Amino acid sequence: MKHRRARYLPLLLLLAAGLLLGGCGGAPLPFRLTNISGHMPDLDFKLTDDNGKPVTGADYRGKVVLLYFGYTHCPDVCPLTLAQLHVVMQRLGPLADGARILFVSVDPARDTPAIMHAYVNAFDKRAVGLVGDARSVEALSKRYRSAFTREPSSADGAYEVSHSSAIYVFDKRGRARVLATPSASQDDLVHDLHLLLDPGINP
Amino acid sequence: MKPPRLSLLLAGLLLAGGAHAAAADHVRASHAWIRVLPGALPAGAYVTLENDGDQPVALNGADSTVYADVMLHRSSTAGGMSRMSMVDSLDVPAHGKAVLAPAGYHLMLMQPKAPVKAGDTVRLTLKFTDGSTLATDFVARPANAMDAGDGHAMPAMDHGAMPHAAGH
Ligand SMILES: [Cu+2]
Repeated sequence: MKHRRARYLPLLLLLAAGLLLGGCGGAPLPFRLTNISGHMPDLDFKLTDDNGKPVTGADYRGKVVLLYFGYTHCPDVCPLTLAQLHVVMQRLGPLADGARILFVSVDPARDTPAIMHAYVNAFDKRAVGLVGDARSVEALSKRYRSAFTREPSSADGAYEVSHSSAIYVFDKRGRARVLATPSASQDDLVHDLHLLLDPGINP
Repeated sequence: MKPPRLSLLLAGLLLAGGAHAAAADHVRASHAWIRVLPGALPAGAYVTLENDGDQPVALNGADSTVYADVMLHRSSTAGGMSRMSMVDSLDVPAHGKAVLAPAGYHLMLMQPKAPVKAGDTVRLTLKFTDGSTLATDFVARPANAMDAGDGHAMPAMDHGAMPHAAGH
């Protein structure tokens, strides 16, 4: 009996998780992007925001979060992603006030809260820059099976950081819901964020 | 600076500084813009190059009086990772074109000597492997701009694609 229960415990937990996930509105939300509900852990981290304030994942409960890893010395892909997220936020209209773009620096050596503040605000008022020591950033990155690598420096000390390109979207309760891959369209991102932000759909 | 790049740079300087630096007559530049980032952060510069000539040319860098260093770069995404690497040159085929656009080829502008603001015009002298040059005015655009702002959407926008799509 004891053995049996132990064997079925993971299955029961899975079922319970499924009920919890689908339980809030009946049918699961018809996401267009890769649905990661139940497959990635809740939003959790200990970092410092771009005002120099210590923050955790719990501080963003009540907001839909778009999590993206990058660095400010990245002149091409990171600004393009943030500019596109800004366009997405504009398209959401007032609903976007319920969302936050969390831009986590994978370059702890160069990115300070002040630099991050100027950087993220050049893109969107609802973007927050997060910094932390290498270990904290790595922990967050690993949590979402994301990765980053500092490339060798040139003689003048400049270096690039290769990093995951995905955007992770969390609902207002901090649960991982969808993953936007590089080939995803803005329309799909607007669509899925709308599902998570509209109080009529997702109270 | 790595040795191969130093020699290339010196060769470029010799060519650009010599009396033989010819204008790249058959190359036309359009949609030239810079994405301005705060402070002294490196900025990306983008341009479309069209070659009306019968001979291919290859862009291998640019000079600027405003930025201390300019490098030709390419961003790419493989296995879910974004990376940026230096490239020696970008071909502009005879009667063809080359596009430097976000998430692909770009000129990386480093160490601005004076602040560059959105709305400014910055002249870059594009350099080609045959020693010819092309002075081009780039318009400085805000960080969250999507394109040159001249009414022609960049190809990536036409498809509404997210960034890191393969370069051109
Ligand atoms: Cu670059």
